[in-house]
Amino acid sequence: MRFLSLVFTNLRRHRLRAFIGVAGIAFGVAAMLTILAIVNGAIGMFERILSTDSHFLVFEKNVSDLFFSSVPDEDAKAMAALAVVESAHPLLFGVVSSPGFPVITCFGLDPADPRLAKAEWRTGTRTDFGARSGEIFLGSRAAEFLGAKAGGELAIGPATFRVGGIFKTENGFEDGGVFLPMKDAQEFFHKPGVCSVVAVKLRDQARGAEFKRAIESAHPRLIALENREFNQSYNSFRILKMTAWAVGLCAFLLGGLGVANTMLLSVFSRIREIAVLRVCGFSQRQVSALIFGEAAAVAVGGLIVGLSLGSAVLALLPHIPQFQGYVQASVKPVVLLGIVVTSLVTAVVGAIYPARFAGSIQPAEALRYE
Amino acid sequence: MSERGNLIAIVRNVWKSYDQGRVTVLQDVSLEVRVGEVVALWGASGSGKSTLLHLLGGLDVPDRGELQVCGLDPRSEEDRLKLRRHHLGFVFQLHNLIPDLTVEENVRVPALAIGRPAGETLERIHELAAQVGISHRLNHRIQDLSGGERQRTAICRALVNAPRLLLADEPTGSLDEKTGDAVFGLLKSLATKERITVILATHERRFAEACDRIVRVRDGRLVDV
Repeated sequence: MRFLSLVFTNLRRHRLRAFIGVAGIAFGVAAMLTILAIVNGAIGMFERILSTDSHFLVFEKNVSDLFFSSVPDEDAKAMAALAVVESAHPLLFGVVSSPGFPVITCFGLDPADPRLAKAEWRTGTRTDFGARSGEIFLGSRAAEFLGAKAGGELAIGPATFRVGGIFKTENGFEDGGVFLPMKDAQEFFHKPGVCSVVAVKLRDQARGAEFKRAIESAHPRLIALENREFNQSYNSFRILKMTAWAVGLCAFLLGGLGVANTMLLSVFSRIREIAVLRVCGFSQRQVSALIFGEAAAVAVGGLIVGLSLGSAVLALLPHIPQFQGYVQASVKPVVLLGIVVTSLVTAVVGAIYPARFAGSIQPAEALRYE
Repeated sequence: MSERGNLIAIVRNVWKSYDQGRVTVLQDVSLEVRVGEVVALWGASGSGKSTLLHLLGGLDVPDRGELQVCGLDPRSEEDRLKLRRHHLGFVFQLHNLIPDLTVEENVRVPALAIGRPAGETLERIHELAAQVGISHRLNHRIQDLSGGERQRTAICRALVNAPRLLLADEPTGSLDEKTGDAVFGLLKSLATKERITVILATHERRFAEACDRIVRVRDGRLVDV
């Protein structure tokens, strides 16, 4: 295997070519890491919004998105009254706008909602929530980018609210969102008497099947899913994940084509040199291994640069005000493994044709062409 | 076929053509070379000298006929690889060194192919470099060398794995007369010192006459063997 020392010698000799190959893979890695981390982070945040202090989510059957789900208040109350249920908190999702900020997530909550209890109140208190009509409450990031202060006024859509309090939550979506008491939210979104989803906590989690059966029989329009089931089956999550992988793979495809092109160019420009290696005793397999080795080294270099670049971007994104705190990247080990495997496979697949071509070079023929 | 007696290369009724048989380069060529000989294949450009060297060196295969070099059959891929790795050294008209590598790195290439230990190889490189007078150039890149120094480097590379047979294809062809004489003298003296058989293709009569034996090549045939 001593001959593989030529891999690094060759990359050193053709620095520009090696740099282009490394850059191709690095951009693919960085793109995939950034996109997947952001998407997984976003999904994670949304999952945590829904699963705060709950075991089950109950919502309308066959809706494409929770934003379109309608669960009547009476149904939510009926659920709360079930013997197996410890608590049932309705949530209403909506999207609002404020001058300069066209998309802000709005949550309609009960004053008893556990996330209000868990929040770190910067101004106002939990008991202020819903105490007075015409008040809106802000996550600390939302207050920051909206430039709002407690007691001040805030234009939301066609209405103007008084800021009743500001609190910090660990969840980026919540912290970058605005909160209305349930009744006000229903009125604002023209959804009187309904919420989007009910987050249910059981007295005994082992009685989940019993709870599901109760929902099926009493509320045939609704479906109850355990948090884990919901995360796996929710269409929007699946579409987001698929899109992220597809975009990432496209980035890799481009990177792979870059490696193939670089390696092919490298082989074509070294035909005589490869012939000389064959004359000097290199076997076809050794020549092919050299090309694969160069591609693998380019991939490893691209991987290191790409992971560093992606990490730097992910570290930077949460500090960009325009993202309104919605970016909370989550780098899962399986994603990292996927990126490592994909980048190596891409480079190796990209090197197959150049390596085969290099291995097939006949020394006498190649040397005849001066 | 096994190596017979003290013959190192045997060529029997070998034919070689290119362009799907339209250009015949070698016609019914037969030749025997003894261990330790310095043989000149002498002829004009295009007479078939280089093709014969390529066949002997396993760089190409004949259309017909038998070949045996160092007891191996260059018609088989496995034997060709063995020949190039352990038994043969090549020197070309153009040095065919790898640009951007240093002299030492270039000379080391055949040793890398057989996985020879680095320390042992370095010792051999220093020994050869001293013999051809390029010790002071070992860390220089090929681009920084003169034509003569490049050819000396190519000779070192050919000899680094201590081959039994050196095939030299117009090794002085791209050099001026004085440098050519020096390189030829060096080849001959190294052949004696290292006990190597040399087959040299040349179109220059003076170099051919300085060899132990002249084999004249004309229009793909050997005359005056």
